[in-house]
Amino acid sequence: MTSDIASLKDIASQVRRDIVRQTHQASSGHPGGSLGCTDFLTVLYFKIMKHDPSFNMEGHGEDLFFLSNGHISPLWYSILARSGYFPIKELSTFRKINSRLQGHPSPHEGIPGVRIASGSLGQGISVGIGAALSKKLNNDDRHVFVLTGDGELQEGQIWEAAMFAAHHKVDNLIVTIDWNGQQIDGPNDKVISLGNLHGKWESFGWDVLEMNGHDYDDIIETIELARSKKGQSKPVAILMKTAMGKGVDFMEGTHHWHGIAPNAEQTENALSQLTETLGDYK
Amino acid sequence: MIENINYTEKKSTRDGFGAAMTELGRENPRVVALCADLVGSLKIQKFIDENPERFFQVGVAEANMMGIAAGLATTGKIPFTSTFANFSTGRVYDQIRQSIAYSEKNVKICASHAGLTLGEDGATHQILEDVGMMKMLPGMCVINPADYNQTKAATKAIADYLGPVYLRFGRPNWPVFLPEGNFEIGKAIVMNEGSDLTIVATGHLLWYAVEAAKELEKSGVSVDLINIHTIKPLDEPAILNSVKKTGRCVVAEEHQRFGGLGESIASLLAEKFPAPMAFVAVNDSFGESGKPDELLEKYGLTAKDIVQKSNSLLDK
Repeated sequence: MTSDIASLKDIASQVRRDIVRQTHQASSGHPGGSLGCTDFLTVLYFKIMKHDPSFNMEGHGEDLFFLSNGHISPLWYSILARSGYFPIKELSTFRKINSRLQGHPSPHEGIPGVRIASGSLGQGISVGIGAALSKKLNNDDRHVFVLTGDGELQEGQIWEAAMFAAHHKVDNLIVTIDWNGQQIDGPNDKVISLGNLHGKWESFGWDVLEMNGHDYDDIIETIELARSKKGQSKPVAILMKTAMGKGVDFMEGTHHWHGIAPNAEQTENALSQLTETLGDYK
Repeated sequence: MIENINYTEKKSTRDGFGAAMTELGRENPRVVALCADLVGSLKIQKFIDENPERFFQVGVAEANMMGIAAGLATTGKIPFTSTFANFSTGRVYDQIRQSIAYSEKNVKICASHAGLTLGEDGATHQILEDVGMMKMLPGMCVINPADYNQTKAATKAIADYLGPVYLRFGRPNWPVFLPEGNFEIGKAIVMNEGSDLTIVATGHLLWYAVEAAKELEKSGVSVDLINIHTIKPLDEPAILNSVKKTGRCVVAEEHQRFGGLGESIASLLAEKFPAPMAFVAVNDSFGESGKPDELLEKYGLTAKDIVQKSNSLLDK
């Protein structure tokens, strides 16, 4: 496990470099949430999920992942590229004209690994439910994973989906909420308080777990526990505590870096804090 | 010949949808249905009885329904969403735009109770803007069938079509006057050939266009009558061929003039063959409560209105 985690951390360090470099080169994008979810998504793609980088849209027999908070696209693109879905050098096209790497992810340009467009918030859990229902109809015992932001929980559709998944016992669905407490205009508690998040999901009929989104042992154990709950007739929500901007000291823990790209000097500073483990894309 | 087009019974277009869903349930295991608490109104109980595992009741949560449909389509199912037209479009426009249209998902958005003929429930439910919203979405196919038989055939045809579709139908019992059988998406149907005037109609108003054409023919006007059931993609050659022959065009639809079929045809003709036009449509107004025939009369959507606008065009 220890060496396993060491190699996952190496991947995450490279992914964080990719995030910083992509957003800097595009002079736009969302580094904060991307850095905050890096450890989780690294574990999910490189440790947990059964998935095939040769990419088939329908994904029968595979675990599926849907990103609801589409703005953390530089993270997902890096994870997909580093998993072999498309050439790593393509990361240099992020947010540029004629690119498959749109500002917010979409299958419209045919980028492998992306199954649905997201960006307009609150829609990913519904989509994940649809995929999970398909898997049940097909007797496919793999899971559907969805990642959402926390500010995103202010969208009403989230709670429509929450009600549906509990009523229809969609227990092959695991929704992780990036609970960094921050959104564009400031802390959740100043914008619109999320209140008792654990109690909210529980009262909607979900099994609710919590984890530290930067503790690899905790992430692995919690997702494994969530997976083991299939067959118990309840969807699972994981409240994942993270720090926005994790891994770059001047970006960490503040909403300031939600949607701002680092300049050249800031990029140099950020990269000096992140070891190049797998080789930067050219 | 137009005088031979008649009806022997009235049935609702939504019943045509329901009947087709029953057949699709038996014929195509990839077809799944979703409904937002309007099973009785959408006439899909038989599909549900025969395929309970392929039906998903979503409750009064249309946004979630569109997202779930997108997820089902992603993984190879052919989802048919069903609710009223108002809740199938404006209420969930962003979900359709992002999760279905932009994501290129094979979702069939099936919308009943469109237009004024919904009747007594009034303007909150009488959507007259839905065609405009849906036709603006890149890649969205928009179909508005005219009677029970055409709705049934269209419902079956869209299951075999790969891509998002908006299928619009209605509530009232309405003349059944079109033959049963095949439906070709995007292919106009010439109902009568003539040389003086083109009348194009879609949806419920096709029957009134037939009645109007009969009256005009009696008074010596030779009418080219075209049924456009597929508003997008529009059968441009069929319209251009007709208007090149007649030089004028009346468009009849149970929809706002802005954003409707008439606007699509005006845009086509403006570019390819400018010709005088008249529009039988709702003119920038909401509807109200009332009986369907009372409403169609008050808002100027009857056979009489089609005749009147045709005559005024012929005078030009």
